[in-house]
Amino acid sequence: MNTNEHAAILPPAAWRLDVLKKFDLKWVIIGICLAFVAYLAVMPLGFLIWQSFYTPETAANSAKLTLGNYLVAYGSPQTIRLLGNSLLFASGTAVFAFAIGAALAWMNERTNTPFKSLFFALTIIPLIIPGIMFTISWILLGSPKIGIINLLLQNWFGSDYIFVNVYSMWGMIWVDGLHYSPMAFLIMTAALRSMDPSLEESALMSGASIPQIAWRITFRLTWPAIFAALLILFVRAIESFEVPALLGLPVGTEVFTSAIYQAIHQYPSQIGLASSYATALLLIASVGIYFQSRLSNRGSKYSTVTGKGFRPRTMDLGRWRYLTAAIFIVYFAFIVVLPFLVLLWSSLQKFYSVPSMAAAKNMSLDAYRFILSHPTIADAVWNSVLLAFASATIVMLVTSVICWIVVKTKLPGRWLLDNITSLPLVFPGLVLGLAVMVFYLNFNVGVYGTLWIMLIAYVTRFMPYGLRYNTTSMIQIHKELEESAQMSGASWTTTFWRIILPLLKPGLMAGWIYVVIVSIRELSASILLYSPGTEVIATVIWELWENGQFVELSALGVMFIIGLLCLVLLAQFVGKKFGVKEA
Amino acid sequence: MLSVKNLNTEYTDTQGRIVKAAQNISFDVPEGKLFTLLGPSGCGKTTTMRSIAGLERPTSGEIDVNGTAVYSSGKKIFVSPNKRNFGMVFQSYAIWPHMNVFQNAAFPLEVGKRKFSKREIEDKVTRVLTVVGLENFAEREATMLSGGQQQRLALARALVMEPKLLLLDEPLSNLDAKLRERMRSELKRLQRELGLTTIYVTHDQSEALALSHEIAVMREGKIVQIGSPRDVYERPENKFVADFVGLTNFVDAVVQGPGAAENLYHVSSDLGALCVYSIDTLRKGDAVLISVRPEDIELSEMRPTGINVVEGKIDFKVFLGEFIDFQVRVGDRQLLARVHPSLKTEIGGAIYLRMNPEKCISIKSDN
Repeated sequence: MNTNEHAAILPPAAWRLDVLKKFDLKWVIIGICLAFVAYLAVMPLGFLIWQSFYTPETAANSAKLTLGNYLVAYGSPQTIRLLGNSLLFASGTAVFAFAIGAALAWMNERTNTPFKSLFFALTIIPLIIPGIMFTISWILLGSPKIGIINLLLQNWFGSDYIFVNVYSMWGMIWVDGLHYSPMAFLIMTAALRSMDPSLEESALMSGASIPQIAWRITFRLTWPAIFAALLILFVRAIESFEVPALLGLPVGTEVFTSAIYQAIHQYPSQIGLASSYATALLLIASVGIYFQSRLSNRGSKYSTVTGKGFRPRTMDLGRWRYLTAAIFIVYFAFIVVLPFLVLLWSSLQKFYSVPSMAAAKNMSLDAYRFILSHPTIADAVWNSVLLAFASATIVMLVTSVICWIVVKTKLPGRWLLDNITSLPLVFPGLVLGLAVMVFYLNFNVGVYGTLWIMLIAYVTRFMPYGLRYNTTSMIQIHKELEESAQMSGASWTTTFWRIILPLLKPGLMAGWIYVVIVSIRELSASILLYSPGTEVIATVIWELWENGQFVELSALGVMFIIGLLCLVLLAQFVGKKFGVKEA
Repeated sequence: MLSVKNLNTEYTDTQGRIVKAAQNISFDVPEGKLFTLLGPSGCGKTTTMRSIAGLERPTSGEIDVNGTAVYSSGKKIFVSPNKRNFGMVFQSYAIWPHMNVFQNAAFPLEVGKRKFSKREIEDKVTRVLTVVGLENFAEREATMLSGGQQQRLALARALVMEPKLLLLDEPLSNLDAKLRERMRSELKRLQRELGLTTIYVTHDQSEALALSHEIAVMREGKIVQIGSPRDVYERPENKFVADFVGLTNFVDAVVQGPGAAENLYHVSSDLGALCVYSIDTLRKGDAVLISVRPEDIELSEMRPTGINVVEGKIDFKVFLGEFIDFQVRVGDRQLLARVHPSLKTEIGGAIYLRMNPEKCISIKSDN
């Protein structure tokens, strides 16, 4: 408005000069970043949906517009079963993970369970044990034939009854639910912590008993958080690939993600069919994320004046506190100790065998030697590191500009920018991989089959996390700090480089390390995009599993987990040193 | 009515250190009186109140209400807070955001030991909402209330259970200045009309002076003085109380001998020879500290008659509307005097100070 009025008064020549003066590096940088995120987030996805309406292109026939893929996909009773399986698996996982996570959060925040400060170490587990390693270790523990738990119990009772079987719907829910339970724990802990303790105390002073407080105050007040947690767990579960692929496919229990993988990996590839499954998956995930974000926003309705934040009263459980401590120890065994030990055991064998005295004598480091001397694996590690560093750097720098626009300007349509950058949150990794693959197969710019296509997928997938880390620190930077740089005569570019980025450093560094960690673990998008020469660690593990090289895989897994642990500890150290909280 | 004896409460802070938050706290509150715990933040006043409420478990001591122990370390009694029937208003008000005004106020009646019919609950809640002036807001969502209304609702919720004791934890600190003053007088009126025994926690000395029958000034977990508002203000027993409760000037002095009347003494000080008041018996040669409130220093351009008159020079002045603050230099000491704004002496002008001996309070210097 202002510039228009201004321009109308000025003579034409001066007006042109004005435009030239207004030309600023600022707009170039903003423009590039805008185009970049819009391209990454929207193009492949739009293409995927478009593609789902075409027949596969072959040498004989060109692609034709069709509804056939959808008819095949949704016309068969098999799809009803697929949908049913997916929903059962996702909701089962969500409920199971939530039940564990919420119970642990309550024990940790509101009771005097011993050793509860150790609880918090749990939240890093899903970061250091990637889904594929967790699933494989549970196969070694709970498979009907070689599972240690079965063998132990069979030995104990002297029968050949199969006690546990991870190759089943319930097995899938058990493994995936355990894997996501720390996430539920984290969400519920945050919800309980953000609640003003005096809300519960005032109920206590009103004469309410503990169960009355739990039901009428705590539960009601955390209800939005509970519902949001269930939704996000549901979305994560319906998107998860490792568990359904490793546990479901061998026994024919398919869900959407594993069906997409199957459709691509048969000959000829059914890309259209995979795309129409992907569309359904995308739809379910979007609906889930949409309601989840709406609920999180509505949560602020419940924020009240907070007092001086007295230490919340912890309940004295009396003798029951030993029970809660025992529950915690059992849980810890299930989620960390047993999976890691079984991998360690198998990595020290020549051929996989269940623990016994005889097997213990045959321990060897052969598997480690194999891994360390194998050239492909060394390449894969290098690829993983390269991809992780590059994607983390690009993600953090680009989202810092996006985040500045969203947080610091009054630009119309900035909410759209925020949403576009966050859009990849709804892409399941497999769907993103599929979309990127299909897009670059059709628009051959020479990236297909190279590391570049994987970099594109990683950057797209992790943009939302970068945005979130940057937003947390950007909000803390007062507008006046920038304005005083401007008053000192600095241009926008100088201000951004000398003031904003340095102040953003804690968030940038924490976000960078986080993106490095999640990139290194990435499997579900890479599995569709890698080719010989561009393997990454996760796909090597996948291949080793398919070849039945359990001991070599375990050795790689053990080293992988230790490497990730070091990275996570580094991240926590950085976080503590620079005072960032996990976003 | 309420009697607290040798109460000690400790807790472990986030660094794992043990904090002795309340040490040897003893006081009695007669029926119907408002008793205030006053002190700076971290002095243990809130811990003391929370110990009375039962939200903190003391390490030792005794708390009796009407002769019955709710806590006693000797007899190993600890009545849990939901059985004590004390009403409490929290600093954050702790209004439950998922309930409306009526539901918030009705909660204590629904969960308490005594069962009420729907009708009784409705009557009681309506009555108590009328008392606090929220009768027209019963159906309103709690989140739609202003700060002042939330405060009234928190009070209504504490009153509806007809508590034996009312506990107020900095109830006015989240309100803006004008509203705070209004709620302060309303709170006082309500407490006096209902005759409820009340414990009030605040760091604001003017609130404490305005509301209380009796004030306990606390410092670092201990009570340093208990007395009526007038006592605490006009006869502070130590430097901390004099300094914390209101503004004051301190002057070092040495006792020369007894004065003309009982409790009056002649001292020599930086300001020259003065006549001061002391409750304690002083001997010649004792070192004392004299506290003079700024409003007790009279200023005039002409030399006034009487004793305790010194001459000074105006260093600085601050016009504050209802009064004017003068920084007056006497020798190398500076004194703050608060006088009516009609005095218009210029900066640098000579001025005479007169201090009523009754208002020059001698405090033992050891503190």
